[in-house]
Amino acid sequence: MSQTTEKNKNMEWPLWEVFIRSKAGLDHKHVGSLHAADAQMAIENARDVYTRRNEGISIWVVESKNIHASNPEDAASLFDPANDKIYRHPTFYNLPDALKHM
Amino acid sequence: MTVHSFEQHFQDKLDREQQIEPQDWMPEEYRKTLIRQISQHAHSEIVGMLPEGNWITRAPSLRRKAVLLAKVQDEGGHGLYLYSAAETLGVSRDELLDQLHSGKAKYSSIFNYPTLTWADMGAIGWLVDGAAIMNQVPLCRTSYGPYARAMVRVCKEESFHQRQGYEIMLTLSNGTAIQKKMAQDALNRWWWPSIMMFGPSDDNSPHTAQSMAWRIKRFTNDELRQKFIDVTVEQTKILGLTIPDKDLKWNEERGHFDFGAINWDEFWNVVKGNGPCNKERLEARQKASEEGAWVRDAAVAYANKRKQRAASAA
Repeated sequence: MSQTTEKNKNMEWPLWEVFIRSKAGLDHKHVGSLHAADAQMAIENARDVYTRRNEGISIWVVESKNIHASNPEDAASLFDPANDKIYRHPTFYNLPDALKHM
Repeated sequence: MTVHSFEQHFQDKLDREQQIEPQDWMPEEYRKTLIRQISQHAHSEIVGMLPEGNWITRAPSLRRKAVLLAKVQDEGGHGLYLYSAAETLGVSRDELLDQLHSGKAKYSSIFNYPTLTWADMGAIGWLVDGAAIMNQVPLCRTSYGPYARAMVRVCKEESFHQRQGYEIMLTLSNGTAIQKKMAQDALNRWWWPSIMMFGPSDDNSPHTAQSMAWRIKRFTNDELRQKFIDVTVEQTKILGLTIPDKDLKWNEERGHFDFGAINWDEFWNVVKGNGPCNKERLEARQKASEEGAWVRDAAVAYANKRKQRAASAA
């Protein structure tokens, strides 16, 4: 056994992130990850692992190493620019109740 | 930030019921505890396919066979969700599988009992999956994000597992005298192992306090066990079967059923590897891994070949 495990150790299938569109008109949403040798196998495996109950009509797979993420420790400064701009929200504006269709 | 303030920040997050995500700072022990718990959980799903796989070819009807196949396939899927969640903590799939195959990692002891009759498929779905659901529903709110999200998916799918098992028990209970006897025999054999699934009692469970503080666990072993017994007694009445515990009786004061002493010697014996099927289960996993090695290798070779062809065509 040790021989095959050693051999496979260097050959672990790459990790893929799976995104599913649950129905027409909606965004693809991240659902999890899986291992597969290539993109085609990743899509087929994603079908078996993540859509056994009609959860999707379309699948995207992206090799995990190609995902770049923001650093949670930088979140405060990264998202800071939006913090003091409440005027970007419609509720910022005081308008008379009599005003309709707006 | 100093280590202290990292830890303070981490604990503050937990106290606000915020989830911890893979890139967030976490104490090393939290990471280790999660890897152990999630991988044990994953191994249980994978090994759990074996006792039921035993009956797929001998299911009494095409309907039962299709259902059992779907259930076992779900368990494979659940194992994969959980391995992926564990991998976000920095452990590789190969390491996890090596730990299973070398016998270093544990899985739920319940799967070291044999499935002797068709009625065992009923008892497993009803009791074993029932106990698993009792454990898993609170884990949907566990503090580690990827684990919680995997559990939400698992719980959604698990409900049919318990219902199909109960349906088998119901059919047998309403059948011939021999069929009813089979159902009772399965209940007799699976009852105690099922209530042991919740793990050692609280005063004997060294990890519980820390896991509760970290909000990995939301209820103690004994709380979940009691809850399971309370609901299952009522379900047994509908089947017209008898739970094999002469000390089982309603306690008005506690508002719960009292139950007999659990044979913890048996529990620890099976955990240590001496259950009826420990050896057989491990060997089945090792064999599957060894005999599947060429398929995994061939898939890599094929993927590489296609990559090279695409590169030279470009």
